[in-house]
Amino acid sequence: MTTLNFFSSSETFKAYRLLTPSLLLLIIVFAFPIIFLITYSFWTQDYVTIDKTLTLENYKTVINKSSYHVLIKRSLTISSLTTIVTVLLAYPMAYFVAFVVKERKLLWLIILTIPFWTSYLLRVFAWKLILGYNGVINGSLSNLGIIENPLSFLLYNPFAVFVTLAHAWAAFAILPIYVSLEKIDRSLLEAAADLGDSAFKRFWRITFPLSFPGVLAATLIIFIPTTGDYITPKLVGGSEGIMVANLIQIMFGKANNWPLGSSIAVITMIIVTISVILFVIISRYLISRIK
Amino acid sequence: MKNFFQYSLGDRTLIIYAAIFLLFLYTPVLFLPLFSFSKSQYMMFPISDWTLERYVTMWYKTKLREALYASLKVGVFASIISTILGILVARAMTRYFFPLKQSLLGFIMLPLAFPEIIMGVGLLIFTIFVGLELSLITVTAGHILICLPFSVLILISRFEGFDKNLEEASLDLGENAWQTFIRITFPIVGSGILASILLTFTISFDEFLIAFFLSGEDPTLPIYIYGQLRHVKNIPYMLALGSIILLVSFATISFAEWIRRKGMKNKKFTGIFE
Repeated sequence: MTTLNFFSSSETFKAYRLLTPSLLLLIIVFAFPIIFLITYSFWTQDYVTIDKTLTLENYKTVINKSSYHVLIKRSLTISSLTTIVTVLLAYPMAYFVAFVVKERKLLWLIILTIPFWTSYLLRVFAWKLILGYNGVINGSLSNLGIIENPLSFLLYNPFAVFVTLAHAWAAFAILPIYVSLEKIDRSLLEAAADLGDSAFKRFWRITFPLSFPGVLAATLIIFIPTTGDYITPKLVGGSEGIMVANLIQIMFGKANNWPLGSSIAVITMIIVTISVILFVIISRYLISRIK
Repeated sequence: MKNFFQYSLGDRTLIIYAAIFLLFLYTPVLFLPLFSFSKSQYMMFPISDWTLERYVTMWYKTKLREALYASLKVGVFASIISTILGILVARAMTRYFFPLKQSLLGFIMLPLAFPEIIMGVGLLIFTIFVGLELSLITVTAGHILICLPFSVLILISRFEGFDKNLEEASLDLGENAWQTFIRITFPIVGSGILASILLTFTISFDEFLIAFFLSGEDPTLPIYIYGQLRHVKNIPYMLALGSIILLVSFATISFAEWIRRKGMKNKKFTGIFE
């Protein structure tokens, strides 16, 4: 017993020694900043001086200001819509690589993963070029004599933000769904087929529920960052399409009200967390009903 | 390999769907290189005159060269440091059993579940509060934070199949720890380490939002590009620069993904989301 204890505690010691540098980094660069952000949200600012008395003043401001509500609601609507559409588009693609592709799976995966890693800024900017006033669509249509005046509804609205986000994140959803599909034991499907289940029934009763963890992961991977996305609404959203991250940036930039900006950031963080938890609980319940 | 018509109807529909999906994924990005060769200020079809001028003259912009150099520096430090930390974490996670293992791993992965804007402003407040200057060092610190989870995911999946008897045998035969690392451990996990360095370098090199809040007086390349996009006359140069960046990232990532997934050949290709 003593040897076992000694052994396991020395294992613990070795493991913790390996983890220490990373944990220190996370505490300094991640935990402290978040704690400071939360603290700041309870302070107030009078022109340039920071008043360090703890108060709920900023939160009251955010709750009473309907223009902020509009931005928060818009962010949630755009990111939910983006998430749903992206996951729906990605599912057949992931299914294709997992079940139809037999050779060169590696090549397919690499082709589908590359956009995941390459310059987000440039991918978003490409859409500004396409949808813009002097952009690819307008320029080409008027050159060809199809339209007289540029179509101004293409750019600077929530729809442009949605299209751009859906494109920028399309590849992100494929991998987690693919992973869960690939793990499915094929003999389950064969057994169901032998027992006379139709293709649709096999999909709905076996494939879909078993791939659900991947769908869940894909949903979170897209919903969280798109809610807080800054660059897309900034480049293609215009004044009707700006989202909560743009408001936060304004508070830390031009408006120069860091405490108010912090409270908006904290509220965003809380809303995202609650949405994610609700989504996980509800979808787990629904999926258990299928089984 | 089967001919298209030998597939079932359902599979054929999926093949067509996949082709359309890839077209949707790649076409918008291809407009950047395409219009970078167009002489016109405006991005429209048909393109009548072609030019290579931007690819040559953009290098005369001093600010561009400085931003490129800044991004390279940040990328090198962020990728190497996050990969070293990732190696230590992956080794602890795959070698030992210890209390709070899953919670600690969860904590290290947590930045993945945070919108970047929150981390950006948090880091900004913290940096100013403790009295540090915004610089490339603060950007690097932020980048290490967002790169570390990727590094850990890549390296854990590589370290998992590692047979620790090999290392023990080497130590028993009288090699010291360093020689064992160089001669046994590194050749086995080396491709994973290289993949981690390349992928985290690309993440750092392309990262915008954290650098936007933390870079202070020295812009990184994405911040520089973002600033230039506001002036119509500069856009063609940014198209040229962007095309080069896309090409280089494309090559780096393809190579990194190839070595990473090839090394996992014995397992199914499940990758970083496991």
